[in-house]
Amino acid sequence: MSKLTVNNLSYQRGYNLILDNLSFNLNSGEALRICGQNGSGKTSLLKIIAGLSTPESGSIEYDKTKTNSKKFQLETLYLGHYAALSSELNCVENLKYLTSLSTEIISPNFQNALNKVGLKNYENELVGNLSAGQKRRVVLSLLFITQSKVWLLDEPFTALDSVGTKIIESQIEKHCKKGGLCILTTHQECNIKNLQEIFL
Amino acid sequence: MNVFITTLLRDLKIAFRNPSSFLNPLMFFVISISLFPIAISPDANTLANIAPGVIWVITMLSALLSLNSLFHYDYDNGVLEQVVISHQPLPLILLAKTTAHWILTGLPIILLSPLLGVALFLDSNSIYILILTLCLATPCFSLIGSIGASLVVSIKNSGMLLSLLILPLYIPILIFATSAVSQSQSGLPINGQLYFLGSILIVSLMISPFVSSLALKISME
Repeated sequence: MSKLTVNNLSYQRGYNLILDNLSFNLNSGEALRICGQNGSGKTSLLKIIAGLSTPESGSIEYDKTKTNSKKFQLETLYLGHYAALSSELNCVENLKYLTSLSTEIISPNFQNALNKVGLKNYENELVGNLSAGQKRRVVLSLLFITQSKVWLLDEPFTALDSVGTKIIESQIEKHCKKGGLCILTTHQECNIKNLQEIFL
Repeated sequence: MNVFITTLLRDLKIAFRNPSSFLNPLMFFVISISLFPIAISPDANTLANIAPGVIWVITMLSALLSLNSLFHYDYDNGVLEQVVISHQPLPLILLAKTTAHWILTGLPIILLSPLLGVALFLDSNSIYILILTLCLATPCFSLIGSIGASLVVSIKNSGMLLSLLILPLYIPILIFATSAVSQSQSGLPINGQLYFLGSILIVSLMISPFVSSLALKISME
């Protein structure tokens, strides 16, 4: 059973102490929503867990290993504020590159993943021609491909319509049922079963 | 090694679908050099004397002009975040991006240089030396430039800062490369200059991917 432990985490941005001795645990099968006002440190917390930022003090451990270990990097999927897609590449080309960076899957089924997020027949469409919601769907289709156990999702429902939101919520529930972990930030209401919340 | 080829092909594909990103520095190179005979003198001897310096200065400025786009595009769309947290070796990915930058900016300059050498009345031996020095030095421009580009990636409108950071590191290359072409015009040996340029290439190839990856991690914080 996997466990993510955040111990006495403090983080300062500029002159502001955003996170002050934050501690929590998350076990496999659990989903956690980070709530807070704009600028309260939700994205910063996800970036620290993902290894993009360094905290002032405190530690994060996953199965007793540090988050900068290769094991954690392989088991983590971080989807940030930006879609991480290149406008000049089509949907499949973008997904191929992102999966080559994040997982070790040999031949993922991109077509099937795009179908599941409602983008059937969009495989060869240039991302530059898609709407903001469609771009978000393309990057979220990674949730149907990845084998990562820890999902870190920063505002995953931004620009999504209600149908898209339900698809992603259901996928997060399935992931947790299979023993995965999910930490997400969102300002929108979400209907994920057994969703825990912390307020920053 | 797989991620090196994947990243290289991806960057080349993006560049060819948006050619202005690499054609602008190349156009700057061709236009600037072709203006010198008009502005200074059409006299063959005068042009042959200034040709090594002119070609090398413009090559260096073209490299500087293109460096700003090396990481900025991927930083703005969030791909660079995925690259930094990837389990794949970051120096290898950055080396692939730098190689793509050289293929798009350095290689076309090498291919065009004989034509521009002829336009500036360089003799065939000097053109040969010019190509040789460009082959050794243009990869150095991309490799050393990647360190500066990764340091300023999170700063908007950082072109001037990047030039100030990188230009002093380009000066030794400029001195030895122009000296090699000028001395070959006078029939003097140029082994020393070529060895120096070769050693800069080897050192920058060994060091710059690692320094760039450290600089990039600091910039992304």
